[in-house]
Amino acid sequence: MHVSRAESGGDPVGSRPAGAGPRSWYEASARQRLDLLLDPGSFAEFLAPPDRVVSPHLALFDLPHQFDDGIAVGRGRLGGRDVLVAAQEGRFMGGAFGEVHGAKLTGLVKAARDLASTPVLILFDTGGVRLQEANAGELAIAEIMRAVIEARAAGVPVVGLIGGRAGCYGGGGLIAACCSALVISEQGRIAVSGPEVIETNRGVEEFDSRDRALVWRTMGGKHRRLIGAAGTFVDDAVAAFRAAAIECIGENGAIDAAVLAAEQERLDTRVQRFGTMEDGLDIWAALGIPDPKSVPGMPAETFIPLADQFGVNGHDAR
Amino acid sequence: MTLADLLASLFPSGHDIHVDKGVLVGSARLPDGSDALVLGVTDHAPIGVDEAIVLAKAVMDSIDRGTGPILVLVDSGSQRMSKRDELLGLNEYLSHLAKALILADLKGRPTIGILYGHSAAGAFLATALATRVLVAIPGAEPAVMDLPSMSRVTKLPIEVLEEKAKSTAVFAPGLDNLAKTGAVYAVWGDRTSLDRQLGALLAAMPDTVDRRGALGKERGGRTLAADIAARVRHAGLSGARD
Repeated sequence: MHVSRAESGGDPVGSRPAGAGPRSWYEASARQRLDLLLDPGSFAEFLAPPDRVVSPHLALFDLPHQFDDGIAVGRGRLGGRDVLVAAQEGRFMGGAFGEVHGAKLTGLVKAARDLASTPVLILFDTGGVRLQEANAGELAIAEIMRAVIEARAAGVPVVGLIGGRAGCYGGGGLIAACCSALVISEQGRIAVSGPEVIETNRGVEEFDSRDRALVWRTMGGKHRRLIGAAGTFVDDAVAAFRAAAIECIGENGAIDAAVLAAEQERLDTRVQRFGTMEDGLDIWAALGIPDPKSVPGMPAETFIPLADQFGVNGHDAR
Repeated sequence: MTLADLLASLFPSGHDIHVDKGVLVGSARLPDGSDALVLGVTDHAPIGVDEAIVLAKAVMDSIDRGTGPILVLVDSGSQRMSKRDELLGLNEYLSHLAKALILADLKGRPTIGILYGHSAAGAFLATALATRVLVAIPGAEPAVMDLPSMSRVTKLPIEVLEEKAKSTAVFAPGLDNLAKTGAVYAVWGDRTSLDRQLGALLAAMPDTVDRRGALGKERGGRTLAADIAARVRHAGLSGARD
């Protein structure tokens, strides 16, 4: 198995108390996130639900389509600044990329590239390629990656926000790594091969996908922040994502050979420092964190200063 | 096609390419006498963090210093599926390679992918699909997802999937299906030597505009994507606020 909506895994990694309400990023739908993230009432959707731009491919598999194919794209304001924004709905087909879903994001990023000034926000919530439309989904991801680099080469910040149910898996993880900045919460997970994919292909000895703590230590938000894979860690709250996103769209998103050379150095160093380690706990200990075992249970307000002190700075060099 | 056959047919004027554990890096003399950077994957090797960083370094070292095209020869597996690779952040390594190839292309080093065997998923995105132009050798067998795996996830028998695959190019493995979606720019013939076909391509390289959406529409394998992307792009450009 390669990339599929099954990659996102079933159970949430972090658990929220029941009734945490829509202020939780994790619990919110894509449209609730947009409403609460952007300046009030500012979101104007492109190809809105009444247009019914849906997937024509799901009927072949006797699956229902959805009015927006699992992604809302449009324009809004964030902290008074015009932004282009896309939000994936992890509860429809695991937020996976099909032909229509992918094309909406491709068009949005190309608009940002051509405007050359308006930042882009991508609210990831995806298991990767939608396998019922695997060829179209894979190619859409390739087109989006290219458009993101073209937009950034024109100086546009492209900011990814990750903290949804489906995580950010498969090709979604590759697009995320093309962004100029990433904001992640504890519940956010980034990986190419999800836990079930590794287990199916390599066996339970390689990766036990039912061991949720292992999933969390390997691809969860805290680990990604500590190794510098994501620059900003936030609490699972829409307000926290909003504050971080406002900061990130104000930063320089441009990419050039110097940025890539710095990334090469950053990634090379990571393999050299941590490449022989077996577990996230070993890496956190190597970073100098006094009591690595305490990290999983740590509330955000304790973890953030710890990560700032001991974590790799992943904000630049991407 | 074996790597040795591929290299012999592509570079009769000579090459200096080294293969190490499935990763190949080097240079080759082109039909017009200039040199190209050549990198890629062979023997269905998966691409993990170690392979991706070596390949990206070859591009990065060449990006400012070198001239001429960059050829990416692909016969890979999928991304390496392992705990170690994901622990280290494989998505960043694969994207780093793709970013290096895309940026090199934008900076005037035309990138050409040559798919001569298998490729899949994250490995495909990081290599062949990150080039300006992807050509395929007859017999190439890309598969975003193989039917047995798809059968497991969709809970549909393989025979049912094979039947469905006849009516749409959108999900089934194989070169023809992928070409119809616009991913493959051209499939080279086997009657003319590859160096001549490469020479012809280099002499008529398209510009850096990504036309894979338009190709998919033209070939009928991805009929909606180009128009939907264009509509969203237009909406984004036309409604800009002051």
